[in-house]
Amino acid sequence: MRGLRGDVPGCGHRGVEVGIPVEKRLFLKGNEALARGAIKAGCRYYFGYPITPQNDIPEFLSREFSKVEGCFIQAESEVASINMLLGAAAAGARAMTSSSSPGISLMQEGISYLAGSELPAVIVNISRSGPGLGGISASQGDYFQSTRGGGHGDYRTIVLAPDSVQEMHDLAMLAFDLADKYRNPAILLGDAVLGQMQETMADTPYRPLPLPPKDWVLSGPSGRPPRLVKSLYLKDGEMERQNWKLFEKYGRMKKEEPRFETAVAPDSDLAVVAFGSAARVAKAAVRTARAKGMKAGFFRPITLFPFPEQAILEISRRVKRFLVVEMNTGQMVEDVKLAVARDAEVYFYGHPPGSPPVPEELLEEIRKIYP
Amino acid sequence: MKQVFKRPQSLKDVPFHFCPGCHHGTIHRLVAEALDQFHLRERTIGVAGVGCSVFVYEYFDIDVAEAPHGRAPAVATGLKRVLPDRIVFTYQGDGDLASIGMSEIVHTANRGENITVIFVNNTVYGMTGGQMAPTTLLGQQTTTSPYGRDFQQDGYPIRMAEMLATLEGVAFSARVALNNPANLQKAKRAVRQAFEMQMNDMGFTFVELLSSCPTNWGLNPKKSIERIEKELIPYFPLGVFKERKGTDHL
Repeated sequence: MRGLRGDVPGCGHRGVEVGIPVEKRLFLKGNEALARGAIKAGCRYYFGYPITPQNDIPEFLSREFSKVEGCFIQAESEVASINMLLGAAAAGARAMTSSSSPGISLMQEGISYLAGSELPAVIVNISRSGPGLGGISASQGDYFQSTRGGGHGDYRTIVLAPDSVQEMHDLAMLAFDLADKYRNPAILLGDAVLGQMQETMADTPYRPLPLPPKDWVLSGPSGRPPRLVKSLYLKDGEMERQNWKLFEKYGRMKKEEPRFETAVAPDSDLAVVAFGSAARVAKAAVRTARAKGMKAGFFRPITLFPFPEQAILEISRRVKRFLVVEMNTGQMVEDVKLAVARDAEVYFYGHPPGSPPVPEELLEEIRKIYP
Repeated sequence: MKQVFKRPQSLKDVPFHFCPGCHHGTIHRLVAEALDQFHLRERTIGVAGVGCSVFVYEYFDIDVAEAPHGRAPAVATGLKRVLPDRIVFTYQGDGDLASIGMSEIVHTANRGENITVIFVNNTVYGMTGGQMAPTTLLGQQTTTSPYGRDFQQDGYPIRMAEMLATLEGVAFSARVALNNPANLQKAKRAVRQAFEMQMNDMGFTFVELLSSCPTNWGLNPKKSIERIEKELIPYFPLGVFKERKGTDHL
């Protein structure tokens, strides 16, 4: 278990605001930063269908891929996009698609097949509000869909939740490595705010993880036996074995990959838990609460699957009140409740989409439950 | 003694599971013979549709990817874009290609993806037990059209080879049948030509094969062959509907 920034006193500070020389800074939109990170990580195949608020990603890649001999296809639908991605992944390429909530719903069949066939691929969800056609404002309503598999069958996807333009870029690179490491689809879950806002970021270099060889790739059986990419298991016992094999893999992810940002002092009376853009507002509220003398801490899951349950459990051994803040009517709060020690109390503040919450309303909520 | 008939190298040495009189085995053989003839086996990737066609990986001695129902052309697109020097084909039935996968087949054809599509049209959903397909003939009884397909209720059988031939991206579109030796020879030529055109980067190639399904037609194999002649071919005419010459499209 590790935090990307570790325990930062005073609720942390944004890495780019200090220590990065001016000439190394970029001023980018979240969607563009993400696409830039993908190219740096070696992604050369993109398949997608237009939908707001993620269109900057295909627009950026259709332009920039021409400089790196990448292949961009505007597919006829999200259903086609995810299956082109499946084909490219089966051929061993680093490939991605991006969409927003309704489009991600259409992709769920393909994501299930990717998980079942154990193919690495990156799927970006710059989510919007729902259900249905919903709206184009930022929402965190897709937490369940992302972290519970989303499609049919017993599977999980790796889910990374950036909170800044910097992390849109950095976690995009990480998503490709984690997908390859585990032969599993990885989802990058942003939202309209993270995709559309512009921020200063450091142009972090791509540092690949040690990765296993791709000895399963389809390329034609030249000098080797034929290979098969499939998820159909009909023979007696086969499906059960495959499900347990996947379960074991998800267990390894839970052990090795939880990532989070934490700033909870041991004597805190309260820890505020939030992810993505809600975490930025929560962090500002916690900062103000501390300035006003309240002992409040801040915890931000960066991987939503695997969820940093062990880290939350450890915090809950000494901090007994949690406030979960989400831009929905209560989804991640269930994971926090499952993670905390039995005597810890978990409160929830939901702000469904429309406009994001403001720090003042969260501060009011902190006051209400502060012991 | 000279051996005059043998199993193509591109097929594994295993017996087919297909029902007696089903044409899938013959079609597998035609595809394998074409791969053998051009020495393509070691650089060929097949994409299996869903239905009876899914088991191509049991029989072909090549790499195979299994696609979700109807999505084989999209999966093949991803494979071929990454590996343009390999041979990629899909093997799909009528429910897979002409119903749930209509969008993928039309747009893959329209993009002119340099792949070959083997389309097995037996006018019925085979694997799921004989339901009405988009190619089920008017009046044909199936488990979901028990009184016969009625155009007022279900519309008309779709002619895929003609429809795709209207698209600029298509290099070759043909319909063949396997009901007699003469038609079998034509079928063999069409399959061979489709793969040859893919080798020459001509674009999207499509071969529709009228195929029997004795089990779900409720006919014996001989009567099934007769039905192809009497009922299928009059509605689904045989022939080449599009054949691109040269490289003027590039």
